[in-house]
Amino acid sequence: MDDLYREVIIEHYKNPTYRGVLDPHDISFEDENPLCGDQIRIDLRVNDAGVVTEAAFSGHGCAISQASADLLLESIVNKPLEEVKKISKQDLLDLLGLENLGPVRLKCALLSLKVLKAGIYGLGETDDLLVEEEE
Amino acid sequence: MMSQTLNVDQIRKDFPILSRRLHGNKALVYLDSTATAQKPVTVIRAMEDYYNQTNANIHRGVHTLAEEATAAYEGARERIAKFIGARHAREVIFTRNTTESINLVAYSWARKNLVSGDVVILTEMEHHSNLVPWQILADERGIRLEFIPVTEEGELDLLTYQNLLELRPKLVAFSQMSNVLGTINPAREIIEMAHRAGAVTLIDGAQSVPHLPVDVQQLGADFLAFSAHKMCGPTGIGVLYGRRDLLEAMPPFLGGGDMIKRVTLRSFSPNELPHKFEAGTPAIAEVIGFGAAVDYLIQMGMNNIAAHEHAITRYALDRLSEISGLKLIGPSAEKKGGVCAFTMEGIHPHDIAQLLDREGIAVRAGHHCAMPLHQRYGLPATTRASFYLYNTFDEVDLLAEALERAKELFG
Ligand SMILES: Cc1ncc(COP(=O)(O)O)c(C=O)c1O
Repeated sequence: MDDLYREVIIEHYKNPTYRGVLDPHDISFEDENPLCGDQIRIDLRVNDAGVVTEAAFSGHGCAISQASADLLLESIVNKPLEEVKKISKQDLLDLLGLENLGPVRLKCALLSLKVLKAGIYGLGETDDLLVEEEE
Repeated sequence: MMSQTLNVDQIRKDFPILSRRLHGNKALVYLDSTATAQKPVTVIRAMEDYYNQTNANIHRGVHTLAEEATAAYEGARERIAKFIGARHAREVIFTRNTTESINLVAYSWARKNLVSGDVVILTEMEHHSNLVPWQILADERGIRLEFIPVTEEGELDLLTYQNLLELRPKLVAFSQMSNVLGTINPAREIIEMAHRAGAVTLIDGAQSVPHLPVDVQQLGADFLAFSAHKMCGPTGIGVLYGRRDLLEAMPPFLGGGDMIKRVTLRSFSPNELPHKFEAGTPAIAEVIGFGAAVDYLIQMGMNNIAAHEHAITRYALDRLSEISGLKLIGPSAEKKGGVCAFTMEGIHPHDIAQLLDREGIAVRAGHHCAMPLHQRYGLPATTRASFYLYNTFDEVDLLAEALERAKELFG
């Protein structure tokens, strides 16, 4: 029916691996997309070497936003935070296998990355600039 | 299935956009008129003719074009005034949209008439545009806001309203038709009750004026706000209707050209109605387009439009409730206009809207600028299909079939 809803997206939406909360955690951040009310919280555990050992997301939203969060977390476990900071918008879109997302759905896809980066940088709030670096 | 009241096939030919095809030659099925309505060719042409033939600034020019433009602008005001049953054209103030109209009342009328501790009654089903201006005022002035609750069925709880009126509110502001539930509120009764308690009333008519016959005198309305773009007219133009005595007593809203009678270096005297509230060069072409939209609606007949939408909504509610896992919110067909908001188990509204779009069907997903109402129902978002005079029963079938396919994909 739709190339946006490829199996990988539906699969990660319906059966996410990283859904949940981590308590205690080293990093936790949550934000929502005011346009559609999608909401995502991400919790991380990080070891002394600065490597992500565990990750989980919670919240609610469309298939794109939820699958994106699951795929993103899958890609960062066992990676150093310094490397995670470098993940770009394009990296995430590649993970999702999505191109040509319209401006509205792009926000859904990128919400998890914004939340992740705001958490790692210890910012009080998310900012579109976090995911709008070099193209 | 055919509608008895309107020749919809004929009407569809009046709207060029409805012959648009998308995503590999799928016919556009436009079910988002609650957000904004499509425009008939008469409206588009009126604006084009104005720019091609008449364009001039209004009111102060004496050359032919300025005279013609002024006549066209003021002529539209008169027809719009008549359309809503106003006593005088000067009771029709042009604004940008419903939102600006409500803000005009909040800034001009309310700041003059309300003091700390005064009560304003709103409802739980309001659009943000009839909430936030009052919240700003509450913060600034210590105004107390109270809310008429919404029942599980999506109607206003008038018993609680009756009790709230004992607080002697200064203002009752409510939408005549909900943009999510579709509920048509008993405006006349709400206004009568408010008046008995000594309150002034404001109707958010953004949804009612496009879809129902609305007569301000019959309703006893004090203020009525509505937008052209939801009633086949252009964007960027709306109306605040106000009872003349109220408007006369209000201070100006924005200051500048056109709204004055006399200006010295240190003072001004305001112009008379309606110009007192129309500072600066207005949206002339849009007003003229708005006039053409009203002409079009009158020609089709507001009673016919309401009857057609009623029939199609009844059919849509039947078709949609056959889909398992689909949950509608809002009252039964008798009590509502052409708005169907729903959720589907296991599929987020955004995904529904996206999947429908790929089949050429335009619906809206989200909170529809009514977050508190969604909170009331414990829903982060809904999908909304809405109907207007150009929608057909076949389009409802297409919607229902596409929803079944979406369910399968996520099943
Ligand atoms: C009930 C209601 N009130 C107010 C508005 C705001 O209208 P506008 O955006 O034209 O100011 C809308 C539009 O969505 C509405 O449906």
